[in-house]
Amino acid sequence: MANIGKIARRGGLYTLLGGFALFGAFPFYWMVIATFKEDHDLFSPLNNPFLFNEPPTLDHLRLLFFETHFVGYLLNTLLVGLAVVVITLATAVPAAYALARWARGWGETLGIGIFLTYLVPPTILFIPLSRFASFFGLQESLWSLILVYPTFTIPFCTWLLMGFFKTIPKDIEEQAMIDGLSRLGAMTKVVLPLGISGILTVVVFSFTLSMHEFIYALTFISVSAKKTVSIGVPTELVRGDVFQWGPLMAGALIASIPVAVVYTFFLDRFVAGFTMGAVK
Amino acid sequence: MTSPSNPTPLANADRGGILDREGALAKLLIAPAVFYIAAMIGAPFVLALLYSLSDATTGDPGLRLIGFQNFRAALADPVFRLALRNTFVFTLLSQTIVIVLSRVLANALLKPFRGKWLVRFLIMLPWTAPISLGTIGWLWMFDSIFSPADWVLRYLGLLGTASSLFGGQTNMYWLGIPGLAISSVILVNVWRILPLATVIQLAGLSSIPKDLIEAAEVDGASPWRRTLMITIPLTLPIVSIAFLFGVVFTFTDLVVVYVLTRGGPVHTTQVLSSWTFFKGIEGGDLAQGAAISLFMFPVLAVVAIFILRMARRTEVV
Repeated sequence: MANIGKIARRGGLYTLLGGFALFGAFPFYWMVIATFKEDHDLFSPLNNPFLFNEPPTLDHLRLLFFETHFVGYLLNTLLVGLAVVVITLATAVPAAYALARWARGWGETLGIGIFLTYLVPPTILFIPLSRFASFFGLQESLWSLILVYPTFTIPFCTWLLMGFFKTIPKDIEEQAMIDGLSRLGAMTKVVLPLGISGILTVVVFSFTLSMHEFIYALTFISVSAKKTVSIGVPTELVRGDVFQWGPLMAGALIASIPVAVVYTFFLDRFVAGFTMGAVK
Repeated sequence: MTSPSNPTPLANADRGGILDREGALAKLLIAPAVFYIAAMIGAPFVLALLYSLSDATTGDPGLRLIGFQNFRAALADPVFRLALRNTFVFTLLSQTIVIVLSRVLANALLKPFRGKWLVRFLIMLPWTAPISLGTIGWLWMFDSIFSPADWVLRYLGLLGTASSLFGGQTNMYWLGIPGLAISSVILVNVWRILPLATVIQLAGLSSIPKDLIEAAEVDGASPWRRTLMITIPLTLPIVSIAFLFGVVFTFTDLVVVYVLTRGGPVHTTQVLSSWTFFKGIEGGDLAQGAAISLFMFPVLAVVAIFILRMARRTEVV
């Protein structure tokens, strides 16, 4: 009897998890189907939409890669993401180190203050920032995105790194300083190598958050060739009023999966930032 | 910057000097981040405040202050009022559902089972993949003719014939009928935030000391009582954090509504952020747009205060 109960509980668990996994992943499964389906099959309301009623095709992928700006969107996204990573590292690493090391009263307060600016949403800032962009002649330029995206990466990453640096014992750098290194020397030669996993986390987040961003890109960029994937795919793969669902879904799928894989590895650290150390 | 020459930090005479210089060094290291935030968050925020009190448009962006006219005009506009109500309704409904579901899901994920990494990857996809791309997948699933949900309903005989439960038309028009469009937007918001809330709750649940629960078990506390007296109080701070961040992200989100409905049909799914965009950017009325967006601020300020108090209570500081 106990065994039956155990099996039933096991079955219940798998059903529950299966249901949630289906809910989370179904839109992406639906992208896979559309990517490889013949238009004729895709657009027949009587065909079973879950099956390939005609042999799969690579036409949508060919169209996506050779007849749209999709490759350009990917390159733009890569360029913006890498530049944002560099700016974020250059500002957040020193700030987080200083806040973690000289944090008595004001350091903590300033750290929390910086984190709170993460709560000021792009939906309040995008109108004034669009004026900044046009004032500096950066409309339709990737530079506008490169300069604006650190507004959400710096606060979050500074906070995250602060936590990382606090876990590195002070003794280690004090020892290094006794051995003749300067404070900056101790920071760059001793502390940074120990904080490498924190820095890697920041690299991943700055990049993925930049790739996810939608509002600023939508507001600042309207020239097709300059778009990033997050706005290029939803706004450009439409001919007139007609959505080109095959290439559209292929584009969404190809751009989503790699970043999702990397992000999943770092998700726990991302959440550790949110919970503000409430969970040790 | 004068490079800190420090032959030996133990030299007594130098000590005050080094500390002074360390203070300067700290400020120097923090300065770029603070400057960036002041210039790119602080300054635009002030500009948004000024715009909201002016009559600036994209064509004539000069600042002439005209008082609170924009806020009055916004409040008098029925579309704005609808957007304001929708923003609250969508956020609270979706986040309540998210908190319940994420608790169930987190409990399930705590148990050991095979293939956990794959299940976790699939469940996290809505949060880890770019939201605009995930939402475009939903747009195709809600298609007015080719929606797979419609096909299933027709297949089951619930749609498409005169006697069907959902009526004789061949499609549901998920995004074309106000009630369904609202439900669809809420559903996608739930879908999107659920992974984040789940991971936060997971962290909370796994942080409860095992011996505490075992002690309660030994003392003869029933599972319900253990949940009520130990798990819930101990994880309340973390649940609140999950809820507050879910609220911030949903309350200020533009993507879901913009990609799915553009606020339609006839503004029934309009929210503050989408209405800000349509008025302020597409309509070119910077002043109105800024005023509309600032209606979000009080809620965000309250959330920030709660998060701060939570941080104090859990003594992270």
